[in-house]
Order: sequence, then structure tokens, then C-alpha cells
Amino acid sequence: MSEYTGDYVYKRVESIVFGVLSPKMIKQMSSAKIVTPELYDKEGYPVDGGLMDIRLGVIDPGLKCRICGSKLKECPGHFGYIELARPVMHINFIEIVYNLLRCTCRDCGRVLIPKNKIDKLTQKFNEVENEMGQEARRKAIREEITKLKTINKCPYCKARQQKVTLEKPTTFLENEKRLSPIEVRTRMEKITDEDCLVFGLNPKSVRPEWMVLTILPIPPVTMRPSITLESGERSEDDLTHKLGDIVRINQRLFENINAGAPEIIIEDLWDLLQYHITTFFDNAVAQLPPARHRSGQPLKTISERIKSKEGRIRHNLAGKRTNFSARTVISPDPMLKLNEVGVPKEVAEKITVPERVTEWNMAYLKEFVERGHKKYPGANYIVRPDGKKKKITDETREQLLEELQPGYLVERHVMDGDIAIFNRQPSLHRMSMMCHRIKVLPYKTFRLNPAVCAPYNADFDGDEMNLHVPQTEEARAEAEILMMVQTQLISPRYGLSVIGCVQDGVSGNFILTNNMIKMTRNEAVDLLSSVGVDNFTKLSRKEFVTGADVFSCVLPDDFNFVGKSKSGQPVKIENGKLIEGVMDSANLGGGKGLMLRTLHKNYGADDTIQILEKIFKLGIKTSLKYGFSVAISDSDLPKAAREKINGIMDTAYQEVENLIDRFQRNDLETFPGKSLKETLELKILELLNKARNESGLVVNEFAPKGTATLLMTNSGARGNPLNLAQMAACVGQQAMRGKRIEKGYQGRTLSCFKKDDLSPAAHGFIKKGFKSGLKPHEFFFMGMTGRDSLMDTALRTPKSGYLYRRLANAMQDLKVEYDNTVRDSSKKIIQFDYGEDGMDVSKSEGGIVNVQRIIEETK
Amino acid sequence: MTTIPKEIADSLPKALLEDLKEKVKSLSQTKAKKVMETVHQEYNKARVEPGECVGLVAAESIGEPGTQMTLNTFHFAGVAEMNVTMGLPRIIEILDGRKELKTPMMEIFLKKPYSKGKDIKKLAMNIKETKLNEIVTEFVINVADFIIEAKLNKEKIKDLGMREATLLTILSKEIKGATVKKKEDSLIIKPRGKSDSLNEIYKLKEKIKGTYVRGVKKISQVLPVKRGEEFIIITAGSNLKDILKMEEVDTSRTRTNDIFEISGVLGIEAARQAIIDEVFKVIESQGLNVDVRHIMLVADTMCIEGMVKGITRYGVVSEKASVLARASFETPIKHIINASLVGETDKLSSVVENVMLNQPVPVGTGLPGLITKVK
Repeated sequence: MSEYTGDYVYKRVESIVFGVLSPKMIKQMSSAKIVTPELYDKEGYPVDGGLMDIRLGVIDPGLKCRICGSKLKECPGHFGYIELARPVMHINFIEIVYNLLRCTCRDCGRVLIPKNKIDKLTQKFNEVENEMGQEARRKAIREEITKLKTINKCPYCKARQQKVTLEKPTTFLENEKRLSPIEVRTRMEKITDEDCLVFGLNPKSVRPEWMVLTILPIPPVTMRPSITLESGERSEDDLTHKLGDIVRINQRLFENINAGAPEIIIEDLWDLLQYHITTFFDNAVAQLPPARHRSGQPLKTISERIKSKEGRIRHNLAGKRTNFSARTVISPDPMLKLNEVGVPKEVAEKITVPERVTEWNMAYLKEFVERGHKKYPGANYIVRPDGKKKKITDETREQLLEELQPGYLVERHVMDGDIAIFNRQPSLHRMSMMCHRIKVLPYKTFRLNPAVCAPYNADFDGDEMNLHVPQTEEARAEAEILMMVQTQLISPRYGLSVIGCVQDGVSGNFILTNNMIKMTRNEAVDLLSSVGVDNFTKLSRKEFVTGADVFSCVLPDDFNFVGKSKSGQPVKIENGKLIEGVMDSANLGGGKGLMLRTLHKNYGADDTIQILEKIFKLGIKTSLKYGFSVAISDSDLPKAAREKINGIMDTAYQEVENLIDRFQRNDLETFPGKSLKETLELKILELLNKARNESGLVVNEFAPKGTATLLMTNSGARGNPLNLAQMAACVGQQAMRGKRIEKGYQGRTLSCFKKDDLSPAAHGFIKKGFKSGLKPHEFFFMGMTGRDSLMDTALRTPKSGYLYRRLANAMQDLKVEYDNTVRDSSKKIIQFDYGEDGMDVSKSEGGIVNVQRIIEETK
Repeated sequence: MTTIPKEIADSLPKALLEDLKEKVKSLSQTKAKKVMETVHQEYNKARVEPGECVGLVAAESIGEPGTQMTLNTFHFAGVAEMNVTMGLPRIIEILDGRKELKTPMMEIFLKKPYSKGKDIKKLAMNIKETKLNEIVTEFVINVADFIIEAKLNKEKIKDLGMREATLLTILSKEIKGATVKKKEDSLIIKPRGKSDSLNEIYKLKEKIKGTYVRGVKKISQVLPVKRGEEFIIITAGSNLKDILKMEEVDTSRTRTNDIFEISGVLGIEAARQAIIDEVFKVIESQGLNVDVRHIMLVADTMCIEGMVKGITRYGVVSEKASVLARASFETPIKHIINASLVGETDKLSSVVENVMLNQPVPVGTGLPGLITKVK
């Protein structure tokens, strides 16, 4: 924020101390005593001494705060207080008070532990607390006292003790007789500071009697602003409602006490006051009916405001909203660089970047101001050195232009080359937020290179993404250096590139390097220059060139690499030339490509991303030039193959039949630990899976060669042999929960089968392929498994989300210190050396230094 | 033989040093020197930088693939395998630090000659826990005499290789509140004391059905399996302590998937290793790729207190120094109230607290301070 700070003195919070407010403190920090439940007078002006008293802060425009003199939004609000007619218990401290009452003498207020044992036991209690928390401590104290048998007689004043019970939520009983908060408070007062230590209470921050309220702080109005409805009517906040109840009952209680009303009436009112104050703090106390609006919806009081995902802590404090951000649908644009993002002009005109005016850029920035907010690239605001912001409109433009001088800020529209952070939810890893350079483009979607979809886990079926533009130099520098796409190339999860060629990029390069196409030199030059390569020295001078040569042109001249392709064939690159093997997903794909890692290691992130970009584009251009499309005929099989598959199926069916037969004759040998039926099921499953796999092999053997479908599976661009087999030959067994389908009617899956039919078809085996079509029952079985997997996903997402949240919360403060140890925020050592060797996964070859490679490389 | 210079040897981690020593052996002096220098250089380049928030990276690395794991994985690849919880539920089970596992399991390795298959069936039977109702064909309540008569299955007892005398002694030790006597083919169980309610004796009958007779307690199923060259015994149910006492068992390789048991029997370091192995096994079986370092870090945070603590609000998170960090996780009211009683001070030394206050977080680029004050 340095650009806006000006002359402000910024302070840093160093620590926060928690404690309980004493009545004295409440009074001291208050600026008003609240005495009336009324809110506004006839003119609609806040009543003095009412809950909306302007001494508590202002929420109306035009009014000034009586305490600090500042206007709306500037005044942080001030606390007030009410004097309670009778003391009242605080619901959140009730358990502690209960524990104190039971463990201290009713007469002298000392702990019921003899003097000689206090020190030793306190130490023990401290240990218990360290290990298991405060609740455990309280329990331990109580147990210890029971054991000491001092429960009936105070070891100090020898007074007999009575049995105190808690009638939830807030009433204490002593020997079935009610203990009023006044009595409770007097007992709390008697507890000495030293005895507080036994209970783990810090007498400096809390005195037991403060847990019984005699005076209630009133939160400032800024914390409970009223909303003016369209009708001009005012709607008050839930807290104001609750406070109104409290003040009203408190006043009535006062009046009744002063008028000397009968005890019963006073008691009733007292209870009512207790109810209101309890629900003011927590409106979800188990034994109390929640306080409700007139509409019947429960009030949201203090506890509800803080708690849960939508509460203050998780919603407003740990997660914040930002300005200078945009969100829209994404679409692909392979001609963008990997680290670029296409931003619609409409967005670019709204989102600005502040730029400070100096002598040297004055003329440049004036151009922006002159163009104003309507003409791109213009400017929307200028900021004076005193921090005043001025909007640039048609009227003010001329005047502001004159006014502009060094020291001013101009908030200009974002332009090509500006830095932005691009994000897609769910942001599961750090690659979900990466820094891109803006490229302003027509139309209304964000554009990104399809190769960076992988880390964002994005596709273009309607996904939306967010864009944030950092506003200070520091933020921009940090984003650029630490978050730029190329810096995130190697994943810290497994040490391989997360970005690689996808889809057509892979199949295109596969076609090219597989020498499937013959290319004239001219064509090759054409292709390469469309990719952005201008050095053709690697192409031979002959009329025809090979695809491998073309591919080599995008590689650096001194690049050496030995690896394996997807099919296991060796791939060899020597001095920047592909001399053996084909390029496929094993080397180019994200999450696997070893070649990408080698490139990254040798040439650094910036160059790698450029090379990768060229490879990707080359693939796409090749596909574009030579065409690439799948056809139904890709899955056509010759007659021989069909017969072979039918044969496999028939034998499998026959074998299953035999198995069933043996099962019915009780002639089946059971597996250990399994029943007869289970054994049968397992055997059938095994058989059918084998049949499907065999037919898959047949399909792979006989399917027409050189088709796009096969090419895709072979190059690893999309699909696998199984997909093809499912289309051409056999879909296979539909399994639910690892078993054949069993559910449905009594003894059968669907009504079209006979009862106790154990045949493959009756339990979800689909014999035919997708191309020949599914029978109704087969279709239904597929629907069942499809639904089952949808359910699985729906149930898994929240579970894994919670696991992730817990992990992140538990480990977020672990960091590597300057002495290379891993420590948490209290400087406790978790590991002496990160991962036992101090190596960063993303900076090494998957967490190892490859000695063998180094030996080979050294001459 | 080339020796590694001290300054290089001192700075390299042990595994790398061993690897280097091994590989440099056969090289010429000059080349070896060059290699060692490059290795040293590369290692220094590959080191983690101070300030790197490795914890969050580890959490991301395990949390992100979590969304890709399957919920219900059933082992049906191999026919002769036990049914084990796998996938996401298993990871959750481990990281929660649960004491009761869904599917406790052991892999018992054997010493020679048992590993070659000698007496393997018998051995397996010896390990399996046998309960009374397995060797009894019928329980009858004799209302007149107020006793339970349990008819013994002679064949089964013979199968188990037990003598009836030993059976009797074990039973009278195990069954409390009743005397056990033998009469012909039946056991006569007579409740002590003179309670004569039918209900009581019925309850006793149900209770003694589950009485331990023989084998290792808690092991409910055994399955001898040939793995590679040798035979091992896979069990459902786990009892590391008692299994390790058996002399046929190869104690160095036998393992269980119950981390709490490991921590109790073998200690915290073994438990840490078990967490790493178990989590890694699951992630690997799902075809996912996660570096061990991340899992190690999780295991270390779980074990740092000297006992296994789960990643829950009662475990690791409750150990946090910062009130606000704890409050931002779960049950905020409880944490704030408790903090106020003790008068706790939040030093704002970790991440969330500073996010809450809009201050730079003390990790990464937020960590270093300036020595010179910039005016």
C-alpha cells in the first residue's frame, strides 16, 4: 500500500492479549450509559441514552460522532454499557463457575485442597492441561478433591460443604435450593488470587466474579447497523433487537424493585433478563428456545456471528474480498503465449493500474488522462498526493489534465504486458493461481493457452476464472518473480512439469516425428515459420525433409537427451537433433514429460516455456495442415476379428455356465475365508474380465492401422486401447462396489430375467460394443454404474475437502528456517533437515541428485 | 580410491554421500574430483530455501490428489487377498490418528523352514483366534439345575490339536463368575453365587460364546499366501505384541497396518515410518504421484509430541501456539473463552493471524527483515 500511504504512520500489531472484561473496565471504555430501549425520536433522530445513541458511533450519512467527531465510515464506533438491576450469569463461563463452586469452600472461598498438597497438585493439573486442555483440568481438579475426601468439609475453616448442582442452562442449586447469581458472585469474590492459579485462571486477566455480569457492555452501532428499506422504513439489526429486549426488561426490573414489588414478580423478571442476556451471547443453547424474529426465524446473535464457515472468523477475517478483480468465462487460444492471458477490452477499461507521475513520464501519462475513461487505453482516476481521488469525466478531464504534476497518481487502464494473477477455483494447489501477462483482446471471454489448462484443471465447457491485478510495485514484482507461469513449471508435488502438450499438440507431434508424412522443404519452412521459428539450418537442403528434422528445429542446438517413448522405444536427441524415436505424451505430456524436465534443468524456466510453446504450436499446426479427425470406420473390424471375438465370448459364457453348474451341484472348491457364492462370483468376474481383455487385444490387433483413433491412443493424446475395444467389441462387466450387479428385484436384477439367474447377462455383463448398440437392460445397467460413480464423486468431494482443510490448517505455519530446520510457529523443530536431505522436489530431479548422470556428463 | 574432501562430505546428506562414494570409486582421480564438485554444486542448488512454507506445500500435495482418489476401493484384483480399506477413507483413517481401524490387518513373515511352507496350515490355525462357540455344537440352558451345557465338537478340537484338559484350564481362567466342569462330551458351566434369574443365565450364555479358547487374540481370519518364493500369513485383525512373541515369526519383516499398535509396541519412530509407508502405499495404489517428503512432513507433525496425534481439532491443531489460528479452524468460541481465562497472548507468529490483521505473513518473502530502516 506504499503508494497510498502518504504521511500516515503505519503500525504493526505485535500481539493480542485475551482476557475477561472487568465491570470497571467496561465502564471505563464506555462512552455512553444506555437507559432507554427507544431508538429514535419522532423526527427519526437517535435518542440520547438509547441503543442508537450517536455517542456509540454513526451509521447515518451527515451525522457526526459526538465522541470522535468523525463522520460515517470514519468513526469506528464506541462501546456503551447498561447497569443491570440484578447480576446475571454469563452463559459461556457457566461451566467454569460451576467447577469453581463445587471445588471451593462455600464459607471461606478457599479451594478444598489442604495447604500442603496445593503446590504438588497444581503442578499435576498444569500437566493435565498441557496434555488434554482446560476441560480435562477441571475434571481432574474435581476428581482429586473427591479423592481427598475434603468434599464435605473445608480443610481451612472446617465449614460443612453442600452439594451444588447445575440445572442447565444457567441455574445453580445448592441442596435443591436455588443459588441466585448474587450469591454466586459473592462466593466468587471470596476466591483468592492464589487459588485461581490452581484452576489455571490467570488472576491478572480474569477474576471469578467477573463471570457474573453486573454491567453489560453495549456494542457500538457500527457493529449492528440498521438497514433502510425501500419503503423508507428502518430495519434494525438482530443484535439491536436483542439489546432492546435486554434494556426493556432491565428497566422493568429496576422499576419493580424500586416499587417494592413481590418477590415472585422480581424473580420472574430476573429470569427473563437472564434468558435475554443468555441468548444475546448465544442463541443456540441446548436447553433454551432460541429467540426469534416475528417471522419465526431465529436471531443471529454474537456466537452465531463468529462461528462456522459463514461466521466472522472464516468468512471475513481468514478470507477477504478484493478490488481490481474480474471474472468471466474462459475460452482457448493456442496462439497466445503460455504466460499470457487474453483480457476483454470491457474488462481492461474497468480495471486500472496506478502509475506515479514523474517529470519523465508526465507527457506519457497525460495522454491517458486526455483519452479519459471511455477511450481505451485511458485512465479512470487521478489521485492527488494528499490521497484525494478524482474521477476523470468529460467535465473534469481538462481541469485535471492541467492539475496533473509529479507526485500524482494516474489510475490507467491495464494494457498489454501488465501483470495479472489468474485463478480458477477450487484452488487446490499453488498452481491454481499463477501470474500471466495481460493481452487485451476483443470479445468477452478470458483467453488462455490450452496447455496451461492442466495446472488450473480447467476446460472450456463453461468454466469461469478470476483475474486479479496487483496494485503496488512490491506486489507486482513478487507476482512476476514468484508466480509467473514458467516459475511454476515443475510441480513441488512430484518434481515433473505440470504443463505439457495436450490433445492435438501431442498427436500432431506424433504424426510429425513418426515419419508418416512426406514434406517438401518449402512446406516445412512454411510450417515452422507459422510456429515462430526462423532458424532453418537444421533442415537438410534436399527437396524433401523428414518430420524429425522439422521437430528438431524447435530444439536448442546443444540439447542432448536419452529417454523412452510411451511404447518403450528409445528416444534419442543429440545436439538438438531428434535422431531416434517418436515424440509422444511420455516426453511431451504434463506430469510425465522427462524431456521437459531436462529442458528445464539445462535452459531454465524462461527458455523452456518458449520451447514448449513452439512444440505445442508445431503439433497443432501439423494437425491443422494434414487434417486429423476420427470416423466411425476407425472401429470397424474385419470379419475374422469379429469371429474371433465371438469365439472368445462364447467360450467365456460356456465356462461361466460350467461354473454355475458346478456351483449348483456344490462341486466348487471354495477359496479360504470365502463362502461358496462369493467364490463363484469372484471366479465369474475373473473369467469375464479376462474375456473382455482378450477381445480388447484382438481389437488392437485387427483394428485398421493408421486411423486417427488409434493414433490418439498410441501417442497418448487421448483415450486408451480399452476405450477402442469398448467401442468396437465389448463394453464389459458393469461392476458396482467391486461386484457384479446384484440389486433390484427379489432374486434377480431386472424383471426381464428369471429368478436366480446367474448368467453374465443377468448381472450386468455387456457383451456387445457401443457401436453395435446396447440392449435396454444393458443400457439400464450402465445407467446404474454411471449413477453410482456420480454418487461416489459427490460424496468424495466434501470428504477430501475437509481432509485438505485440516491438513492445511495443521501445517500452514511450518517453514524452513535460516538454519535449514523445519519448524512451526512456536519454533518447535519438526524436522532437522527438510525431507531428511534438505532438497526441494521442484528444484531437483524428483528429490535426488543424479550422480550417474553427472558422471556421464563430465568429460 | 578417491576420498571425498571434507567440506563436500560434511555438507551432503547421508544417502547421497553413500551413492557418490559408491559411484566415484571406479573413476580416475581428476574425473572423480570434477564429479564430486558438480554433485556438490547441484546439491546446493537443489536445497530448499529458508522461508519456504513446506508445510503448506505438503498439505497441498496430499490434499489435491485427494480429490482424485476413489471412495470405495475393493481388493478384487487378486483372488487370495484380504479385503482392506484403501483409497481416501484409509488416508483419512491414518491422518485422523484413529485408534479403531476399519480393517486391521497383519502380514506375518516367517523364519525358515516355515517360510518354505512347513506346517503353514497348522501355523495359521494356531494364530487364528478360536472362540468357544466354534468348538461347541450346541449350548443348552438347563433350567432345572441352572447350568449351561455346552456340547463339544470333538472333531474340531482334534483339528486344532488341543487336549481337553488344557481346554478346561483355559476356560476356567477365561470365564469369570462361573465354574467349568467336564461331563462326558459336554462342558458344564455353572454360575457362581446363587442368582437364579433366567435372564442372567441367558446373558452368561451369550457372553461365554465369545470366550477366547486358543490362538492369538483379535486375529479373526488367517490366510496363508505364497508371495514370491516364500509363504507368509495374512491376517484380518491385528495383535503385533503377541505375534512378535511367537518363535516361528520373522520379527524383522512382520508388519501390521495398525499405527497405534506399532507406536505402543515398537515406539514412536516405528510409528512415524508406518504412517509414511501406509500413506504412500495408498497413494501409490491409486496411481498418483506424490513425493515422500510431503508425507514425511505430515508424519513428523503427527509424531512430534512423542505419541501419534491425529490432524484434528483434538490432535495437532490443539497444540498450536496461536489462539486465532486455533479459533479459525474449529470451535472458535471455545478457544476464545479458554484463552481469556488464562490470559493468553497471541504473538502473531504464524500465517492466519496475520492474514486476519492484514499484515504480511512471516513465511517466504514476508520473512526477512531489513536491517536499515527506510524512511
